[in-house]
Amino acid sequence: MTISNQSRVLLSANELTCIREERILFDGLSFNINAGDIVQIEGPNGAGKTSLLRIIAGLSRPYAGEVEYLGEDITRCRDEFNHDLLYLGHLAGVKSELTAEENLNFNLRISGYDDFDTTELLAKVNLAGFEEALAGHLSAGQHRRTALARLQHSNCKIWILDEPFTAIDKKGVEELEQLFIQHAESGGCVILTTHQDMSIISDDILRKITLDYRFV
Amino acid sequence: MKRGISYTAAFMTLLQRDLRIAVRHRGDIFNPLLFFILVVTLFPLGIGPEPQVLTRVAPGIIWVAALLASMLSLERLFKADYNDGTLEQMLLSPQPLSLLVLAKVLAHWILTGVPLILVAPLLAVLLHLDGNSYGALMATLALGTPILSLLGAIGVALTVGLRKGGVLLSLLILPLYIPVLIFATSAIDAAGLNLAYDGQLAILAAMLVGSLILAPFAIGASLRVSTN
Amino acid sequence: MWKWLHSYADPERAYKLSGTLLPWFSVLAILLVGTGSIWGLLFAPTDYQQGDSYRIIFIHVPAASMSMAAYMGMATASFIGLVWQIKSADWAAAAIAPIGAVITFIALLTGAAWGKPMWGTWWVWDARLTSELVLLFLYLGVISLYASFEDKVLAARAAGILAIVGVINIPIIKYSVDWWSSLHQPSTIKITEKSTMSTDMLYPLLINIVGFGVMIGAITLVRYRTEILARNGMRPWVRELATAEEAK
Repeated sequence: MTISNQSRVLLSANELTCIREERILFDGLSFNINAGDIVQIEGPNGAGKTSLLRIIAGLSRPYAGEVEYLGEDITRCRDEFNHDLLYLGHLAGVKSELTAEENLNFNLRISGYDDFDTTELLAKVNLAGFEEALAGHLSAGQHRRTALARLQHSNCKIWILDEPFTAIDKKGVEELEQLFIQHAESGGCVILTTHQDMSIISDDILRKITLDYRFV
Repeated sequence: MKRGISYTAAFMTLLQRDLRIAVRHRGDIFNPLLFFILVVTLFPLGIGPEPQVLTRVAPGIIWVAALLASMLSLERLFKADYNDGTLEQMLLSPQPLSLLVLAKVLAHWILTGVPLILVAPLLAVLLHLDGNSYGALMATLALGTPILSLLGAIGVALTVGLRKGGVLLSLLILPLYIPVLIFATSAIDAAGLNLAYDGQLAILAAMLVGSLILAPFAIGASLRVSTN
Repeated sequence: MWKWLHSYADPERAYKLSGTLLPWFSVLAILLVGTGSIWGLLFAPTDYQQGDSYRIIFIHVPAASMSMAAYMGMATASFIGLVWQIKSADWAAAAIAPIGAVITFIALLTGAAWGKPMWGTWWVWDARLTSELVLLFLYLGVISLYASFEDKVLAARAAGILAIVGVINIPIIKYSVDWWSSLHQPSTIKITEKSTMSTDMLYPLLINIVGFGVMIGAITLVRYRTEILARNGMRPWVRELATAEEAK
């Protein structure tokens, strides 16, 4: 990571409050995320990790507070922000009626790309030979990889990934970690949640934001 | 890496995807159509086979059945996308949401509205619809069913995140369907009496244009609430 | 103006303000509805055509006119809530909806009751009654949508979108129903020509129309205060209020 990248604030959260079914998940949460950061949101189940990711991605509206992208409220610059955002949630966004190739093709085109080779991208996530297989027939891990193949062809600065390692084998996790580091070094940022330990991304390059479970 | 996909290309990508999925899942096309035919056949059994009576009520029956069939088929419009996460990806896409929403509604109309228009003359024969009314029937269905899809999609977008949306959906959208029903059936009635019905068609056309412009925004806003 | 609105967006201030307004609205509502109803039902002259059965208009007309006004109020509150993200406005919309539905139901019921002596039947597909029926459906849609969401912040946004869609559609529905009814009933019965009403009938009617408006305002305030407390149960000021109440 270069110093000049680090100093640039990509995203900032100001006094975020999230209330779900009358329960306060977090209150007055503020932080900055800089270019070059790999940030892990951690906390016990039910602490609001997914809720926080969805708020940062602009899918959920916080009860109070706002998220700023390059200093502007994301609800006011949604087009620019979405252009620079890659979000992968719990749900992979892969349709079981379509083949792996059709899924990847659709997901990339809907994000605006039109110069890619799906065969090559699928090969990068070890899905060579499965291009024509219906996603509904793939294993859980292959299903997930179909979604993760998007990361191989992305010029979005901000990656928000909710449990990206679910159902991925050890080697696959290592490859993803390499990819995250590469992405951070080229001036992007990665915000993720995971319950798995990462082997390559060590604690000195990983930033952590911890959410506590509240009983109120 | 180029990010310059045009609006038309984005629209077509989504339209093609939905059509392709529907072709692989044919039941979704045929079931609402079957429902439409069944409802219409129930009426002569319920009110008696006298041709004069049937001629009188045919426009109303066909249109009420069309409203119900459209509502029934709409229920699945966003459900699958919501359940597998593709809806989130659409909301986060750099393309304008109303454009994507419009592509989905158009795909849905091609799959359910068009077959319904095609089968309607056959049902009109069963109901002894007045010979002069066939043109009006087709014209009102062609103008009216897209309005039903657009208005209905608002209700579907509002209830897609709810576990039991079905009955609620009918309460939300059937009142909004009333004007379409009134003007469509009266155009068919007027045609049967050899009166001019272009006024009613003009109103239906105006409603279609109005809902084409406004409904996508309401659908988009509703989807943002439902996926929150 | 928006600065002013935002200062009342704070739930605690909105709660206190509505508490201050409530007694005024209540007293005024009782005075107006009391005067209007007693004058109209007991002292206004008997109609030479309809006899005493016309007196139901002193309830029917105010209820019918306020049913639409309440819907507009609800939609305006929803619009403010959606566009400026002011939650106090969302709660106001949620507070008005059931009251509007009840008022609409009263208008329908009195309309039907009036129909019996007038037309000899409880229900006639008269344009006004039909529109009122559709309005009731629109209210019920908003109410059940609001009730269907567990998370009330989302519920208010969803119901708000529906209320606004409804507002755009109300004129179209009303126009289509009027047109439909004139098509099917060439000789629609003109019930009352308001302009030819004697002032002795007009004044109690006007008083009751205003009175119904204020009454809806008063009931809305009561429901609004409850809504604020229910939605802010986890806030310290509500807890303080609750402990203070208990201590009494």
